[in-house]
Amino acid sequence: MIPELGHFALILAALVAAVLGTLPLIGAHTRRMAWVALARPAATAIALLITFSFACLTQAFVANDFSVAYVANHSNSLLPIQYRIAGVWGGHEGSLLLWILMLSWWAFLVAMLSRHLPDAMVARVLGTLGLVAFGFLLFILLTSNPFERMLPGAEEGRDLNPLLQDPGLIIHPPLLYMGYVGFSVAYAFAVAALLSGQLDAAWARWSRPWTTAAWIFLTLGIAMGSWWAYYELGWGGWWFWDPVENASFMPWLAGTALIHSLAVTEKRGSFKNWTVLLAISAFSLSLLGTFLVRSGVLTSVHAFATDPTRGVFILIFLVAVIGSSLALFAWRAPKVGLGGRFGLVSRESALLTNNVLLVVACATVLLGTLYPLLIDALGAGKISVGPPYFNAVFVPVMIPILFLIGVGPFARWKEASIPEIARALKWALAAGIIVAVALPLIYGQWSALTALGLFFAGWIVASGVLNFAERVRQTRAGRSIVATAFSQPRSFVGMHIAHIGVAVFVVGVTMVSSFQDEKDVKLAPGESVDVAGYHFTFHGVKAVEGPNYVAAQGVFDLSVDGKFVRKMNPEKRNYHSSAMPMTEAAIDAGLLRDVYVSLGEPIDRDKPEGEWAVRVYYKPFVDWIWGGCVLMALGGLLAMLDRRYRVRSRAAAIVPAGSQQA
Amino acid sequence: MKSRHKKLALIGGALAVIGIIAALVLNALNSNIALYISPTDVAAGKAPQGKLFRIGGMVKEGSVAREADGVTVRFVVTDTEKDITVNYKGILPDLFKEGKGVVAQGKLTDAGTFAATEVLAKHDENYMPPEAAKAVSDAHARAAEKKATDGAATPTKPTASY
Repeated sequence: MIPELGHFALILAALVAAVLGTLPLIGAHTRRMAWVALARPAATAIALLITFSFACLTQAFVANDFSVAYVANHSNSLLPIQYRIAGVWGGHEGSLLLWILMLSWWAFLVAMLSRHLPDAMVARVLGTLGLVAFGFLLFILLTSNPFERMLPGAEEGRDLNPLLQDPGLIIHPPLLYMGYVGFSVAYAFAVAALLSGQLDAAWARWSRPWTTAAWIFLTLGIAMGSWWAYYELGWGGWWFWDPVENASFMPWLAGTALIHSLAVTEKRGSFKNWTVLLAISAFSLSLLGTFLVRSGVLTSVHAFATDPTRGVFILIFLVAVIGSSLALFAWRAPKVGLGGRFGLVSRESALLTNNVLLVVACATVLLGTLYPLLIDALGAGKISVGPPYFNAVFVPVMIPILFLIGVGPFARWKEASIPEIARALKWALAAGIIVAVALPLIYGQWSALTALGLFFAGWIVASGVLNFAERVRQTRAGRSIVATAFSQPRSFVGMHIAHIGVAVFVVGVTMVSSFQDEKDVKLAPGESVDVAGYHFTFHGVKAVEGPNYVAAQGVFDLSVDGKFVRKMNPEKRNYHSSAMPMTEAAIDAGLLRDVYVSLGEPIDRDKPEGEWAVRVYYKPFVDWIWGGCVLMALGGLLAMLDRRYRVRSRAAAIVPAGSQQA
Repeated sequence: MKSRHKKLALIGGALAVIGIIAALVLNALNSNIALYISPTDVAAGKAPQGKLFRIGGMVKEGSVAREADGVTVRFVVTDTEKDITVNYKGILPDLFKEGKGVVAQGKLTDAGTFAATEVLAKHDENYMPPEAAKAVSDAHARAAEKKATDGAATPTKPTASY
């Protein structure tokens, strides 16, 4: 009964979404206030209905209702409760339901937090979100209904894929989807601006915190996925340029360009068309990502058994969204105007260059991801584009961006002077060089790429500190330095924290790719292996039992210079429901390095008490990669919470804020 | 600088940058593509010498063997028609199993075996890499076709044996 209620709520939600996607939009155009007023209640109703529907599916999982096909395929009565709940989004149908749940919550939040916006604007934004929601609800109802019954019901569920039985599943998909779907708000604001023709600093100020919020979620979601892959897949890598990773990375690149271009639109009224185009792109790339993951057209670690009609539906949806918004853009953009002029050397130029580079980076990733599809479609054979391609193109494009992170904050709006910037940055240059020379010396090996990466990390941190100090000096006006430092606008502080996050990330990537070490060896009990000064002694395996698996648990002693550090227990698990073994690595994490052991297989399958194939890793600074991402997200959070976004009256929002620096 | 000059400088600069980037991208793309080649095509000599490529197919039952060092593995990949021996040094992914689909990337050796640098993992035991599936289904299709022509040829056989 409960699954039927959930299904019914979804159908109702689709109907309400159809209303939300039409009447308020028409009402805003023809000034029928009654229709405009429908937007908020409709958005609220959709959020309630979909939340209810989602709760119904969760209930079916918790209660082990194996007469629901989706539950029977993705759960099992032995599955621990936290994975039964997370199992709701462990497969295709449920993850789409999560997608639409996130969308309905975003729309609800917009409805609640937009009291200070004009009603017609709200109606257009929510109406656009309603159309998107309608498309996705139709997709779920027609091709991927999670509530479908099986008659007769299964005795026992087939279990959740063992790889997914990890805390990562609880956090990673919701964060990532919040980010993906969050860009739909930026997209809806852009469409609303095109429809109304109102695209000014006030518009940018409304849409900016929403875009930043989506970007924060996406940043954390990608970082979380990368960390999960690192510790779960047992290969010790943190990024594989897998098509599905790329699918989440492309909206991130476009979104990063968008938050920078929005800054210009808000402060200077420039880049308006460009901003709108980026907002459309970011969301389109999110949809493309959904298509790539869900259609099974690409070989990927994320690819699951698939149904081609789904791919076709999303492709049609994708074409409809991109086609109609680009057509709208072509029709309305000329009316939007260009905005203020700026000099060749100015902060606008710096941000424009940043934008162009990010878009180029995004395009190269897109090319590498879609190229195999293109070749296959042309019948020219099956190919794959490997990580070397992405590294070879991506790194050179990022280098000028890292350089500009230092320069941008010192460049004035409209017209900046190069000698002035150079004077301000000479100490940042010195700091970069010192870091680039000193760190590799400590690690005993110098290479140009290592030095370059470390140089930019030092450069970014030092320039951020210098810029902050300069601003404190300028705004001090007799107060103490500490008080002035703490009274800086949050968006300004946030910007620097996010940029320092980039530096931290760069240190992690540079150090781990330059100085990591790994060994694959055969170890008998009592034998040991050394990697980068870490000494692992193998003491055989013992059998352990989990809630729904049995495991061979390796016993290792880790020691450095003859001193015992800790025990490490990697596992090889066999889940009852699955024929495939699962590797659980043991990681000793640290600020300056991780060491990592994972079990391969027993050399002789019938003698697990004997020799094993073992892999050990030394990963310097690897945690800085995710730490950097967390700092970026934290910076975004501070920027989003800046006081000026909470100004209630519209009049105040239109005051040009050229004096502000952030 | 006049504003027209400025514009020209900007456009020129942008074109130069785009040109460099395009060259970079195309060059990188060209040198980093790995073709998929089925075991049958490898046997027919269609594989490039000294260049990375990928093979897909099934791991032949009972073919997985270990060298004395314990971490070098040898196995046979088949599309049910032709086989190729693969050597790989390292830990195999969890979902690698005899009788299941596999995709490996590497180079052909002089001895005609495949030296894999990478054996690809997948997330789901029921998922078959499309390339492996295609290699096997192509081989099946050829086998069926052959059977059909053989079947047609059978009645003429007695005459031929005379």
